[in-house]
Amino acid sequence: MKLLFKRPRSLREIPTHYCPGCGHGIVQRLVAEVVDELDIRERVIGVAPVGCAVIAYDYWDFDCSEAAHGRALAVATGIKRMRPENIVFTYQGDGDLAAIGTAETIHAANRGENLTVIFINNAVYGMTGGQMAPTTLLNQKTTTTPYGRRADREGYPLKISELIAQLPAVRYVERVALYSPQAVFIAKKTIKQAFQNQIENRGFSLVEVLSPCPTYWGMSPKEAMDWIRDVMIKEFPLGRIR
Amino acid sequence: MKKRILLSGNEAIAEGALQAGCCFYAGYPITPQNELTAYMAKRMPEVGGVFIQAESELSAINMVFGASSTGARAMTSSSSPGISLKQEGISYIAGAELPAVIVNIMRGGPGLGNIAPSQSDYFQATKGGGHGDYHCIVLAPSTVQEAFDFMGVAFDLADRYRNPVIILGDGMLGQMLESCSIAAYGLSNSSKKRRKDIKKWALTGCKQRSPNVIKSFYLKEGDLERFNLKLQKKYKTIQETETRYEGLYLEDARLILVSYGTMARVAKAVVSELRKKNKKVGLVRPITLWPFPRRILQDLTATHKRISFLVVEMSYGQMLEDVRLALEGKAKVDFLGRAGGGIPTEKEIIRFIKNL
Repeated sequence: MKLLFKRPRSLREIPTHYCPGCGHGIVQRLVAEVVDELDIRERVIGVAPVGCAVIAYDYWDFDCSEAAHGRALAVATGIKRMRPENIVFTYQGDGDLAAIGTAETIHAANRGENLTVIFINNAVYGMTGGQMAPTTLLNQKTTTTPYGRRADREGYPLKISELIAQLPAVRYVERVALYSPQAVFIAKKTIKQAFQNQIENRGFSLVEVLSPCPTYWGMSPKEAMDWIRDVMIKEFPLGRIR
Repeated sequence: MKKRILLSGNEAIAEGALQAGCCFYAGYPITPQNELTAYMAKRMPEVGGVFIQAESELSAINMVFGASSTGARAMTSSSSPGISLKQEGISYIAGAELPAVIVNIMRGGPGLGNIAPSQSDYFQATKGGGHGDYHCIVLAPSTVQEAFDFMGVAFDLADRYRNPVIILGDGMLGQMLESCSIAAYGLSNSSKKRRKDIKKWALTGCKQRSPNVIKSFYLKEGDLERFNLKLQKKYKTIQETETRYEGLYLEDARLILVSYGTMARVAKAVVSELRKKNKKVGLVRPITLWPFPRRILQDLTATHKRISFLVVEMSYGQMLEDVRLALEGKAKVDFLGRAGGGIPTEKEIIRFIKNL
């Protein structure tokens, strides 16, 4: 009998706290699979964000640090500079990476820190109850844009991946999504590449993952996946950005 | 081998840190501590350490958080407004029980204030500063030599207690040049060893051990309270064992000046001037501002019935509150302070004492 599917060594056997249909569980599993496949579990150091994924270190079975809201890339910079032999990554949401941590994101990227960034874009603040994120789409309703996001008041969805792709020290930026098994497969390949880049000392790599938040989008898990495919990727096109 | 060289307080702090095995510095420019950052930029590569000019104070303190979480001796420095920005990070460092050294070369406030020396961040340094129930250990050097010497003490305390340590100086100390005795240029073997000490809690990759996690987050009911009690126990130990002060003429003094840092230098001059006139004055100079040396003040009131105290600060009465708390109303406490650019002079203090 051939074993086709098992829990990755880098993922602990405990139930997560995520809502039904949430993308975090998928991406954290992908990270664990990639860490196993690259055989870096004993070298990897993860930096967990503030947001829904705040206790990601309870799920991953390798060394991890917390970081204050928005500061993951500063913490990761300190770790990686002291321990270049380790593989250091951050796992951050849109509020963390593209609002409160914008300066840390742009400057870590501009310094070309040899880091891997997993950026979860679900267009909403989940942990705090569904407020507007920098990546919230126009007309999207949140608790702080109850009538929908308006360009003349809240501005446009912030495309931080396109922004940092302009920076000469940035090595790799790609946007992926989780709306289908095929899309998840591409996401995993991309995440693996972003880790591989760091192993080969190639510099700053960021993977933006368009991820569903059925709870605060007011949708069923299936509707949320479809919404990524039909609506979200029009605003945030998939593929290699740098 | 020791040698004497002329250094500013800022430079002495930087060299002292390097000699103590500090191998990570992140900072952001702000006057009057820029010489410290520049010194680190020049010297860190020479000793194989890491220097980063961060994009902000927020980033600098969080880089220190990261470097420290790998077990490295890490530090940052700034001046008052910049230290305000670092408070969130310091709270996280205290909450994650990471060792780190933070230097505050104080300037005038509130707000942008000015760049003149001041001691107006005493509350912020000694009472926590950021959110939550925590304390930083606070050391207050008074000379350039102490600025150098205290860095080794600071890193040792930070490691021993896994707690942030603040070096609280001011613009005067930072900028002043004095002759300073330092170990031979380069690093001693012991400081090299300290840099490489592997701490068992540090993030190094989970090779042949279970994973380590650095965090200050305790969501499960009861966990945070248990953790806070653990912190309080640690703080009690620190209070019992790490309190430091310098005392002058405490045997027979009837008026005790209480001053620290730059201000204590003026207070010392006052004491020696008045002693020439056979006035029974003395000095208590707290070296640790937290833990505050309250016991010596209590002992003095217990042994001398008619003793009184004069607190002199470059603030409008911040350390004064700790002196009053220590004395619990058992002795008279007077206060002389200036802040915003003025430093009480020897003459001013003597005149004040005459009018008491």
